[in-house]
Formats: sequence, C-alpha cells, structure tokens
Amino acid sequence: MDAATQSQSTTLHSSFRYKLISFLGPDHVQAAAPADAVAGVQPKMIVAPGNERDLAEVLRLSNEAGLAVIPRGGSTKFSWGNPPSRADLVLSTARLNEITEHAWADLTVSVEAGCTMQRMQETLAQRGQRLALDPLWPEKATVGGVLSANDSGALRLRFGALRDLIIGVTLALPDGTLASSGGKVVKNVAGYDLPKLATGAFGTLGVITRAVFRLHPLPRLTRSFSVATATAEETRRFIHAVQNSKLAHTALQARFESGAAPQVDVLFEGTEAGLRAQEAHLKELTETAGVTEASPDIWNARQSLWSSLKPESTALAKFTVLPAEIEESMETIAKSARARHLEWEGVVQATGIGWLRLEGDAKDLRVSLQELREQFERGTGSLLVLHRPAAMPSIDTWGNAGDALHLMKAVKQQLDPKNTLNPGRFVGGI
Amino acid sequence: MNARILDELRAIVDGRGLISSPEELHTYECDGLTNFRVMPRAVLLPTSTEQVQKIVRVCHRERIPFVARGSGTGLSGGALPVENGIVISLARMNRILEVDFPSARAVVEPGVINLDVTARILYNEFFYAPDPSSQSICSIGGNVAENSGGAHCLKYGFTTTHVLGLEVVLPDGSLVHFGGKTLDTPGYDLAGVFVGSEGTLGIATKIILRIVKRPACVRTLLAAFPSTNEAGTAVSGIIAAGMLPAAIEMMDNLAIQAAEAAVHANYPDCGALLLVELDGPLAEVETLMTDVNEICRSNGASEIYVAKSDLERALVWKGRKAAFAAMGRISPNYIVQDGVIPRTALPKVMSEIVRLSQEAGLRVANVFHAGDGNLHPLVLYDRRVPGQEEAAEILSSNILELCIAAGGSITGEHGVGEDKKKMMSKMFAEPDLLTMQRVRSAFDPLQLSNPTKVFPTPRLCGEKPGEYTAHPLESAGLAERF
Repeated sequence: MDAATQSQSTTLHSSFRYKLISFLGPDHVQAAAPADAVAGVQPKMIVAPGNERDLAEVLRLSNEAGLAVIPRGGSTKFSWGNPPSRADLVLSTARLNEITEHAWADLTVSVEAGCTMQRMQETLAQRGQRLALDPLWPEKATVGGVLSANDSGALRLRFGALRDLIIGVTLALPDGTLASSGGKVVKNVAGYDLPKLATGAFGTLGVITRAVFRLHPLPRLTRSFSVATATAEETRRFIHAVQNSKLAHTALQARFESGAAPQVDVLFEGTEAGLRAQEAHLKELTETAGVTEASPDIWNARQSLWSSLKPESTALAKFTVLPAEIEESMETIAKSARARHLEWEGVVQATGIGWLRLEGDAKDLRVSLQELREQFERGTGSLLVLHRPAAMPSIDTWGNAGDALHLMKAVKQQLDPKNTLNPGRFVGGI
Repeated sequence: MNARILDELRAIVDGRGLISSPEELHTYECDGLTNFRVMPRAVLLPTSTEQVQKIVRVCHRERIPFVARGSGTGLSGGALPVENGIVISLARMNRILEVDFPSARAVVEPGVINLDVTARILYNEFFYAPDPSSQSICSIGGNVAENSGGAHCLKYGFTTTHVLGLEVVLPDGSLVHFGGKTLDTPGYDLAGVFVGSEGTLGIATKIILRIVKRPACVRTLLAAFPSTNEAGTAVSGIIAAGMLPAAIEMMDNLAIQAAEAAVHANYPDCGALLLVELDGPLAEVETLMTDVNEICRSNGASEIYVAKSDLERALVWKGRKAAFAAMGRISPNYIVQDGVIPRTALPKVMSEIVRLSQEAGLRVANVFHAGDGNLHPLVLYDRRVPGQEEAAEILSSNILELCIAAGGSITGEHGVGEDKKKMMSKMFAEPDLLTMQRVRSAFDPLQLSNPTKVFPTPRLCGEKPGEYTAHPLESAGLAERF
C-alpha cells in the first residue's frame, strides 16, 4: 500500500468509525489490538452491535464502504481458515447472546448467535434436555461460531451433525437484508434449506444472528468403555464388530499415538437395564481384548489434542475417511509421520472424522500434511489444516473443493457480491 | 418447440425414450395431486447421466423449461409439467450401483424405488430409513426433491439426513458433485440445499445414501383415548420422560372409523388412537415400553394393546397407512392437507379445526405424525352438493393458516410445489423469499428447472388446494400412502 492509499484508507476508517459510534455508542466500537489479528492479519476495529438490526446495519454500511468484515463469536476457532485477503472490521456477536425461547415441550430452542454453547446447554439441562452435540471449548464457543465452523464431536454418530440439528436460521447479509429460513418446527419442507447452507459456510455468506435447534432429552444414564487392542488388525476387527452389531452405542472413537497401542472407546446411553444388557453384548464382541469401564473424560480426547500446544512445532488437522477406513487411516498417519520423524496423536470417530496432532520440524510437518491430504483425497476423504507453526511454509486450509467450486462461488457472488465477508478464508479463495 | 428440436431430443434417447403423442402424454400431465394438469410438449426417458446432460443442454440452448419426474406420486404438484416445457422422467435410471456395508453407504440412480433399497440390503440386516408411505412406488430421486419424511423420521430423520452426496446435472447441462461418501467435504453444503429444493436447482443423477443397521427389536403399542386432547397430553408425557420413540402417530375418531371400514385393523372405537413404536436393544425397549404404558394409562387411556407379533404389528400399521385412501369409505370426496404445528399447540389448533369444521358444515378427519406435530387434516365433502367443494377448499386453506399462526409450517413432507406457493408469502417475509431466489439464481440463472414451482408469483393469486384423488397405482391396490 503506498502512502497516499494508506492515508486515504486511514481517513475512511476514521470517518466510518464515527458513523458507527454515532449509532452504537463509543463502548461498542473499539480500535483493534494485536490480539485481535485474524490468522496473522491485523483488523482496524472491533464492533459489537447489541441487536440483529444493528448488526445488519453495520454490515450494510461496511459493505457500502468497501470494508472487509470478519464475524467473530467466542474466538475459539478464530485462527482456523486461510488468512483473510483483507480485514477491516471484526464484527462481534458477543452482545447477541439471548436464549430467546426454550420451547421444552416441543423440544426446540431459539437462541442468538453470541450465546455460548455451555450457557445454552445449562439452560436446556434445567428441563432435562440438550443440543445433542459435543463441540470444542463449549464454555467459550458460541452458537454462531460452532455453526459457521460446523464443529461436531463423537455424539455425531447417533445424533448427526449441526446440519441435522438446526431447523431455522436468521442471516444478516452484506446488503443489510435480514433473512430467515427454516422455522420453529422440526418437520418442515417449505422453501430452501438455508440453515444447512449457513452451517459450515465459515461466515462467508452472511452473519448468523440466530438459530433454532431441535433438542434431545438428556440421557438417563451413560456408561463408557475402553478396549485396548494389541494390533492394528485387532482394532479393525473390534470396530467392525461393534459397528456391525445391533448395539445402540451413542459414540465410538479410536485413540492412537506414537509409541502406544490404540484404544477404542464406546459410549452407551439409556436405562439401567438397557445399559447392563449392552455391556454384556459388548463383552461378547471383544474376543481376546479386555473391556474396562472408563471415565467420561475419554470423550475430551479430541479437545485434549490442543492442550499444551507448542506453537513452534505443532500442527493440527481434521481429516475425513470412510467409516470402514478408520484403522487404515491410523496406519497411513503413522507411516507418514514415522518417515518424517514426527510424533503423532489422534482421535478418529466412528463416522470417519478424525483429528490429528503432529509434532516436529516445521518443514517436515508441511510435507507430511501434504502427503496425508493427497492420500485421503484419493480415497474421497479430506484433510483440513487447522493450526500450523508460524515457521511452517503456508498450506491451504481446505484442500480440494471438488468440481462444484464454481457453483459455490456463484452462491457467494449472489449473497456477498462485493466479497465483504471473510474474504479469502474459505475454500478455493472464497 | 419445433420438429428439429424434437428430433434432436429423440436422437439423444435412442428414439425409444421420447414420448410425444397426446394419448401417451396424458400419463404425465399431473402427479399425485390430480387437480392441476398441464400437458407437456414431450417426455424424455433418459437411461444415463450423459443423456440427461445432453437433454438439459438442448433445453438450455433453446430456453425450454424442464421438469424432472420420478414416480409422480407427489402430493403438491411438484412434478406438474410447465407450459411448453418437457418432462424428464428418471424412471429408467433405476439401478442400485453400489452397496458398501462396512461404511453403511449405497449409491443409487434417481429412479430406484425407495423400498427397493431396503429390499436389496435387508439380507445383511440393514435398511434405508426414510419411509414415506408411498415407499413401494415412489423414487429416491423424488424423495430427494421433496425431502420426503415418513412415520419414522421422528427418530431417524428425513431424506436429507440420509443423503450424503449427489451427482447433479445443473440447469446448464454441466455435471457437478455435492458432498460425498465421506462427511464434511470441504465447501458449502450444497447437498443440504439441493435436497428438498423440489427440482428447481437441477437434476440428481446419482445419490449416495446412508444405510442403517436394523434395530435389535421393535415394539408397537396402541392406546385408546377419549379424545385427541388426552392423547396429546400422553405424547407430551412421553417426550417429557426423555424418550425418543421411532414413531408416534395419532388418529381421531373419524379417521379410525374410515380405517376400520377399509382394512379392519381391529382398532377400538374411541375418540383418539395413539400408536407408539419403540425400537432398539430388547432390554432398553422393554423398560421404556413399561413407561409408555404407564404414561398412557395415567392420561386416561381406556384400552392399551401391544402387538405381540410382526403380523399384529403389520396390521396395526396397515390401518394407519390406509387412512388417506380409507376416506373414500366415508366420503365421496376429500382434500388431504399437510401442515405442521409445535406439538404443544395441538389442543388449541384441534379445537379451532373443530370450530372451523362446524362453521363450514363439513367433517374433518385427522391423522397426525404426533411426535413432530405434522398434521394431515382430511376435509370431507361431496362435490355433487353445490358450494361444498369451494367450502372445503376454503376450510383446508384456513387450517394451514392456523398452522402458520401457531408458529408452524405450511408443509411437513408433501412440499410446496404448485399447490402451496401462494402460501409461501404467508409463512416467509419478502427478504426471506428473495434470499432463497438469490440462491436459486446461482444454480439456475435462466430459471429453466421446474421454473414455476415453490415461489409465489403475483399472477398465481387465488389458487386453491385440490381434492385428493387416488393415484392410479393406489386405486389398483398396488400401493398405499399416508
């Protein structure tokens, strides 16, 4: 940026800032600090509207002024995605945090985007209900952020992903439109299913201001079991036996790491009598391996991959494979990591979604991630790079978006023609 | 459409896959909602994705609107042809291409009949969960277009839950793939947008389905209540107790009478009947069945019966599934409605329906997917009585307005199609509909794919819901639906 453009841009930002202050008040329009950087790109200001109308208006004005907007919830996954090509304004949903309606008898909840998952779950639990989803960092992660990143955990096996739980959405579009779709009832086929379009769109089409979810009852009882398998073949046989059985397990994950035998965990929910019968059935399936009752903490294994993260030598990735390829994916990872002298630790869920932490030299990490991506993509899977050390040569977050990328770009063009929202952070440069 | 274009289209489908004679075209002039009829210029029956692409490319070049059609069992006029357009029937693309049991996936062509998927995988104890009651004749492609439900979607979810990936011919003839066999493919969830778009975004030519292991056991309970109010309270009790049954269905007295007359399901004569199905591991199901029994009893059930065999269970369901067609036993004509309300609004909406029914002097039979608040009020009338048909149409529309006012939806599973597009602006605000249209423009800028459906257009004001007429296959006793 030359000096003249720089000064022009500074003038634009300061006059724009006054405009926002005039209707949001000075407390809610702040200068951005270095900590607000978006994947290394420094935005100019942080704006926190108090309601969805104001949010839509801020978005409209920014769009009109040609400023790039980065929506932000609880900042837990803020560094995911490619660095934005531009970042002027961080649009925070922090003040849109109300649980508008918990229609417990109808098993639905309407909630604003900035509400944290944990606060929503606590409210739902008062009526013995939950959103049947186990996302990362629920105490900080917001409804809007979790939706935009399409985060899901081990419960997905039984209850599906957010796409299966969201029944209504309101989006603020860059032109200031507030558009709702779906509704407040679980069964509804009127109009396009835009709640699914917004889910996992990484905030590139509109800013989610509120969502409606279908709920599930909290389980009466839960019980977790772990099975230590000695060989890869044994892991494969055990997972296959459970998946092919008539057990009604709620979740299944395999944990693997360098220098240790894999563990397979199974979660059951239900009544006392039902759980006893399922436990007996599980034990029949395990052949030689021993089954032990486990602490529910094992289901934090995914989140634990992020703990004591060494910024200079850790990379984190999400990968997807076919459910039948779980054991194979662990082998593939081990082989690639070993060849590059990397340490590895990972969790793969029964749905074929896995999470991987690699440790080692930055250049080797890059080579291994690229190699794994190629191998998974060859088998219809994918690999998303969620974190890389600063020293690691850059790598696209998403990988191959397939042959519908031009259509995705057309959808983006329709809803955000000026490329105002999260420019460059999503697949294929969107 | 001139003869040159017709010849070009005929050549694409090897001469045998084109229908253009008026007598043969009659079959295609409507779907399951028979009061809307439009004669297409031609019907094409491609046998491959390449043929579909070629046909659509011609349509794109010549600006000819097209409507994709599966089995034509839809109840909202979604497969109604468009004036001067063609119909592309996917009936000949009916192969199950692949079954992958270890990963629980099946890949099928759009013309595959819903029940045939289950038939193919049942030997290995798997099934395909979405079960619209036309499942013995409706196609997977049609299910994808309508996001079809069924009685068991309460627990298992709708078609959209079970479609993981799609091969789609876009309205310009290009071929794209959405989703895949693995989950969370990078990019927008275009499969999620496409399912339920009622043929307005393109034509699915391959569908990747999720298949499900059959539960260890299934139990079905039938409980007789004095009225729908008590039955409704029992449903709330079951939900409040933290259970998620595979299905909860309700029928009111008039629906019971009709079903009895039609199939002799041995239903008790009562104000409302509740059918609750639980599935899962035996010990779990038996424990919960005891709870359901108790909840029904404490809410005034006079008679409770648990089916003791698969045969008895089939009979219990037979009555329920026959309910629509059974109306013919108690009324010369009737309109099938499909609306959704939050379940808790049931007593209020029911008493309103009773009031509206009395005011109109017409009987309304009610069949519900009670677990998820999906109502199917059946408005009974006699066309031979002057004014009754019109009164029935008004009553049926008014019931939908009750659903909207209660915070529900104008359709839970039958779709908007031709029938309900004028109601869309009562359920959605202008910006909501415009946003959907913007998404549509990304897929189909020329609006060639089923162009006149789903969205309201000013010239279509004043249209009315139509009478239910049995599908030819239904009349022939080959299929039932509910």
